[in-house]
Amino acid sequence: MSDLKTQIIAQLNLQDTKPEDIGDDQPLFVEGLGLDSIDALELIVLLQQQYKIKLSNAEDGPKVFQTVRTMAEYITAHQAQNA
Amino acid sequence: MYKDQQPVFEGKDRDLSEFLVAIYRHFGWQYPKFHKMDNLCKLGWLANELLLQDNFDKDKYKPEDIAIVLSNANASLDTDIKYYETTKTVASPAQFVYTLPNIVIGEISIRHHFKGENAFFISPDFDAGFIEQYVSNLINNNILQCCICGWIDVLDENYNASLFLVEKDRTANSVNFTKENLNNIYQLQNG
Repeated sequence: MSDLKTQIIAQLNLQDTKPEDIGDDQPLFVEGLGLDSIDALELIVLLQQQYKIKLSNAEDGPKVFQTVRTMAEYITAHQAQNA
Repeated sequence: MYKDQQPVFEGKDRDLSEFLVAIYRHFGWQYPKFHKMDNLCKLGWLANELLLQDNFDKDKYKPEDIAIVLSNANASLDTDIKYYETTKTVASPAQFVYTLPNIVIGEISIRHHFKGENAFFISPDFDAGFIEQYVSNLINNNILQCCICGWIDVLDENYNASLFLVEKDRTANSVNFTKENLNNIYQLQNG
């Protein structure tokens, strides 16, 4: 999950944030890391660029991008599916 | 960087992006969204922070009475080009949202909760006569009481920012809002 946090920081240009500042179960949006709707789109781009995953159902977004852990679980499940 | 013709910061970074971050860190401003902005917005945001720092009491005005009127030569071309490059692989939403020049007005307005008139004009050079006429018309018709106006331009490593604070009521050390004074101050800043 540390790599994923580093990728999130780079993708969203969170210059004053370090990977250890982001909790595995910390909400990414609003009261947590404070991400916004444009950041959500950038996270979709991250999945596409780094993991070749296309989020086919937009309604999955809130669940997938809830925390770093939920993102990691989604990526792992997707990779297992395509292995 | 100059404020009221006095030097306030001199950067050593040749790279514009690094120079803008150096200014941000030098003044100790805290605004996480700053790092997400494009260079045009960063430049405008920083110039405005410096302009308003110490000598502006926004509580004197209603948010609707504070306007922003800006101009430049290159619109958002600097970011338009960067965004276009991303479209060759995966288009960047974060770049796309900055492909309009007036977004810098939005960033300043969000920062300070300004809700007055706003406009962004494109002209080859800073047109003091036009800015004076446009802003004076708004002030004289009681559409606004205060206006941040001037020139914010970025293309590649070339940049220029000159902002003016115009208030309906005279304040200490203020000069008359005339085309000549605008031009004189602009020329002093830009050699």
